[in-house]
Amino acid sequence: MTTLTAPAPPQPPAPRAERAPLRIPAAAWVLPPLLLILGFVGWPMVTVLGESVHDENGALSLASWSTALTSAEFRNALLRTAQIAVGSTIGALVLGSFLALVLAFVPFPGAGLVARLIDTVLALPSFLITLAFTFLYGSAGVLQAVLTGLAGPGATLPPILTSPLGVILAEITFFTPFVVRPLLAALSVLPREQLEVAASLGAGPSRVLRTVVFPEVLPALAAGGSLVLLLTLNEFGIVLFTGAKDVITLPVLIYTRGVVSLDLPSAAVVATAQVVLSLGLYSAYRFGFARRGARSATPREGAGNAALVAHQ
Amino acid sequence: MLLWSRTSRTVVLAVFAVLVAVVVVAPLGTVLLAAVAGRWTGALPAELTGQHLVEAVGPEGLASLLVSVQTALLAGIASMVIGTWAAIAAHDAPGPVRRLTLALCHLPIAVPSVVVGLGLLIAFNRPPLLLGGTRWIVVLAHAVLVLAFTVSTVTAGLDRLDPAYEQAARSLGAREARVLLRVRLPLLLPSLAAAAGLAVALSMGELGATIMVYPPSWRTLPVTIFTVSDRGDAFLASASTVVLLAVTALLLFALSRVRSRAALR
Repeated sequence: MTTLTAPAPPQPPAPRAERAPLRIPAAAWVLPPLLLILGFVGWPMVTVLGESVHDENGALSLASWSTALTSAEFRNALLRTAQIAVGSTIGALVLGSFLALVLAFVPFPGAGLVARLIDTVLALPSFLITLAFTFLYGSAGVLQAVLTGLAGPGATLPPILTSPLGVILAEITFFTPFVVRPLLAALSVLPREQLEVAASLGAGPSRVLRTVVFPEVLPALAAGGSLVLLLTLNEFGIVLFTGAKDVITLPVLIYTRGVVSLDLPSAAVVATAQVVLSLGLYSAYRFGFARRGARSATPREGAGNAALVAHQ
Repeated sequence: MLLWSRTSRTVVLAVFAVLVAVVVVAPLGTVLLAAVAGRWTGALPAELTGQHLVEAVGPEGLASLLVSVQTALLAGIASMVIGTWAAIAAHDAPGPVRRLTLALCHLPIAVPSVVVGLGLLIAFNRPPLLLGGTRWIVVLAHAVLVLAFTVSTVTAGLDRLDPAYEQAARSLGAREARVLLRVRLPLLLPSLAAAAGLAVALSMGELGATIMVYPPSWRTLPVTIFTVSDRGDAFLASASTVVLLAVTALLLFALSRVRSRAALR
């Protein structure tokens, strides 16, 4: 910064200086990276679609689609994915709202540290949660030991770890920070006077939350919720590490079909279905909430995307 | 603020403390403890030992760790170059071109990483570009996945940049290349360092796309952690995860020194 002088030229800049004579149009500079991105991001997506409509001999056929879509395995995976995603999103929204409200409105020493700790979770690989759950809630875990200590050796935990509920709990644990972050940002710019006026007029805490706070932070809540819904639909590491035979989600099905049983056409069908699902949600998130977010006080689109990438 | 009575405050804070302990502290703490635990059959681990950590940086673990670090650096550099270029060019381009470029860059993070991996596996296992079975397909997968992040960080940095500096440079007769190298990029350095940091952090922890495309000769640490965990050795898996986090933190620390040096300028 010190190398720059303050931008105060003695005379206003002449307009002709803006357009240097030998200048490649700005749009042309975008071509090299755009071509690379088309080749390495766009093209693979097209080949997935192409693979799904060909049979083993390379002839055009919709056989993979009809077999994959009518198979019970696919339908079960789809339902399981939706169940886990919706369950985790609701859980993360409830838990995240509570954490954000306390952090914003019930000041206590160390609140900043807790907020930063919650942010740290965003940068961790998701499979860490499943590893931790093995020790915490597994058949030889901490919770089992505590239960045995309290109720005697006969008491055993249900096998939560390898059940859909276990995956939902793990995903709530991992994705709650994605709700806390935008919500805290929205709460921090909420005018405190509004709350105090409402309270001084006799409104109880729950009424203040319902009628004053909730409408104000609804965009942030919706943005955080749809982000978590997208991320939980796409989540792979947590489910893979669980290793449960009966918890098969779409990403895990793509992995087993594509790499374990080497059936690329059928993996491609599942992948295409998943892409349609995810991109639909992503467009809703980006074009619905990001635009509204720019107007209200929720974090900018860039920050939202940062959070979005942070898990993968 | 919302709670005026002392009791309600205490109750809410107690619930909050329990939730934070269960959701944030317990997972992280458990993995750290398991990495140094000899046995863990009770409520607390028994027999502290460094054996798992030693094993985690043994021949197999060390090889994977080096693969992860090299992949993160190569993919980070590639995505920084392409991503910065794309972000700056898109920023100057007319609206539709800008939106198309940014949307394409963000595509890999909107779909599951396994799908990105599957796409690369299918597209680059046949001519014209054969990358399947080489380390380059892993590097490519990581570069594609972190590209979205470098692009959005640099774009955010560009939006915050005061255009007066570059306008002043241009009005004084500086050519575009000079404006870019002497004004815009130096001003963007903090954003670039932030983008590089996250690119490295994300690449180090990436699992979904890697597991689809990796050849046996180029296995990253998260994939090794999965195989270890899958054969039931949760202690070694935890120790390897701790090593992964420690090395990532070290890389980020090195990058943050670059960032603070950039801030001094």
